[in-house]
Amino acid sequence: MTNPTMTAGAVERHLRARRDAGRGLLMPYVTGGITPGWTDYLRAFADAGADAIEVGLPFSDPTLDGVTIQQAGQTALVRGASTRRILADLSGMADLGVPLVASTYYNLVQHDGPEAFCAALRRAGVGGLIVPDLPVHEADELTDVAAAAGIEPALLASPATPQPRLAEIVFRSRGFVYAVSLMGTTGERAALAVSAAQLTERIRRVTDRPVLLGFGISTPDQAREARRHADGVVVGAAVMRRVLDGAGPDDLRAFLATLRKALDQECDRPR
Amino acid sequence: MRDVALRREPVPPDGTMGGPRAGGRFGEYGGRYAPESLVEACREVDEAFREAWADPGFRDALAGLLAAHAGRPTPLTPAERLSEALGVRLYLKREDLAHTGSHKINNVLGQALLATRMGRRRLIAETGAGQHGVATATAAALLGLEATVFMGERDIERQELNVFRMRMLGAEVIPVTAGSRTLKDATSEAMRHWVGATGDSHYCIGSVIGPDPYPWMVREFQRVIGDEARGQCAAELRTGVPDHVVACVGGGSNAAGTFAGFADTPARLVGVEAEGGAGAARGRLGVLHGCRSLFLQDGDGQITEAHSIAPGLDYPGVGPEHAHLRDLGRARYVTVTDDEAISAAVRLARTEGIVPALESAHALAWVIRAADEGDLPAGSAVLMTLSGRGDKDVSTLKELL
Repeated sequence: MTNPTMTAGAVERHLRARRDAGRGLLMPYVTGGITPGWTDYLRAFADAGADAIEVGLPFSDPTLDGVTIQQAGQTALVRGASTRRILADLSGMADLGVPLVASTYYNLVQHDGPEAFCAALRRAGVGGLIVPDLPVHEADELTDVAAAAGIEPALLASPATPQPRLAEIVFRSRGFVYAVSLMGTTGERAALAVSAAQLTERIRRVTDRPVLLGFGISTPDQAREARRHADGVVVGAAVMRRVLDGAGPDDLRAFLATLRKALDQECDRPR
Repeated sequence: MRDVALRREPVPPDGTMGGPRAGGRFGEYGGRYAPESLVEACREVDEAFREAWADPGFRDALAGLLAAHAGRPTPLTPAERLSEALGVRLYLKREDLAHTGSHKINNVLGQALLATRMGRRRLIAETGAGQHGVATATAAALLGLEATVFMGERDIERQELNVFRMRMLGAEVIPVTAGSRTLKDATSEAMRHWVGATGDSHYCIGSVIGPDPYPWMVREFQRVIGDEARGQCAAELRTGVPDHVVACVGGGSNAAGTFAGFADTPARLVGVEAEGGAGAARGRLGVLHGCRSLFLQDGDGQITEAHSIAPGLDYPGVGPEHAHLRDLGRARYVTVTDDEAISAAVRLARTEGIVPALESAHALAWVIRAADEGDLPAGSAVLMTLSGRGDKDVSTLKELL
């Protein structure tokens, strides 16, 4: 096995350092351009103890998102959000001390061309990238130029992914591995899916790269349970539902603090 | 069937509409840009289809269904009065006479039979005007499967009767309220639903779009149009093949099926798009609904809405194989306006006693224009696929005429 710290990029080094210090990782999501002062949410997330922040670049046809993220994207697009404007907003921010990870659908990457797209991310201070409709067998055209631009593309693994393919995903993923907890779209769920534990267990067998569990994680209890299996959690719809309901940065700081606390408590337990 | 010697001219490599290249590619288009949760399901469909298509038992069972239930083969009708007026020899491949009123049944019976072979008990489908939804509901009823059809709320309002037909056939129709509430949103919603239902459900895509193997598989299920027409033209025409082969293109399934029968002949292939939904003529390279192809987009890369009086052409993109045929120059793609299509529909009704679907009327509108402008030399033999009948459009036409 290659020495991971030699090949890891900045996002992965940051997440590894925190994970190795015993911390449960928290990556909240916000749809870029959702409100006029949307970057204030990023500061609130960092204040609340986020370890990375996922910034969604809204797309007209988000085929893997449930109703909440769809509505958030639509709201942002109606406000005039675009990749260019969102990245300009990010460029104007002071460093938050946590890595930014962009997420979007492949059409927007394709539109600018992977090379120009990744260079623009880099200039805006973004370190990672998630493209849910770019599976590993189509990812070549992005991964090489991303590496050259200093962008770490994280690949998604699903409960339906067979074992040899899972190993390839894990091997080629950068930053972290995004474990999709269930067979479904993004959105809040009443309970953590059974498939979450099985998938993270399968991923762990083939890598020590940080594993973040996403899709359906909405409450402190679910975050605590997820932490028993994965290195951390991605929380999107639970954040965006509150934003769509009018919650401001302070409200979100308070909500994320409850998740932070749950993850920290879980870390204190013997594992 | 092909007893007439054909003039064979070299065709560009890869433009003969055989199987796709590795990875489901048609040149630089196609592929399997599916969320990871659907990749395994796509692979299973691909494997099952390859096996089934190579199995004479499956082919026979499908041919039996197409003959006994769907009314195949459909006739080739010489459009005599219209031909005389236009100065060309126009032949209509009558998919309007297939069961459920359009070519959609060809693909759906194939996929439904495949689904039963795979042990699936439910079909998921998207629909715009409702033609593919009705065909899916029909095939499901015939083979004892359940059907869940996603349809944009706006289309549900416009196509009340098709919604009723689907429900009468036992299908569940789910309104889609996202986005523009039309076909592209129904397609997105069907894909989302499939992610959570891959274990027991088959996603029955209605056109030559979607992740590999769909563009190829749907074209193969539709090639019965082109294969039949090729044999019928061979019997009818001294030259064996027509000079031009014309079909309307939304996603492009009836055109792909028609072209597949003639791609290895010297016939000129023409796809006719709606002015407001011209993915092949005006789209830009993009990725949507699982494949890389040409899509209408704004300057930021957002997919724009298509607008056509023909709901089946109301899709902002085109199947990847059409994009490839365009690049190769093997087929050309032209556009006609709503008004031209309406006039063509009326003209066909009054000269041939056939009320065509507004989609098919687009293909005819180009034939009329091209004959008038000399694009079709006098005496040319033109095969046009009449993809569906116009009953569904009567209320639309009533408001306009």
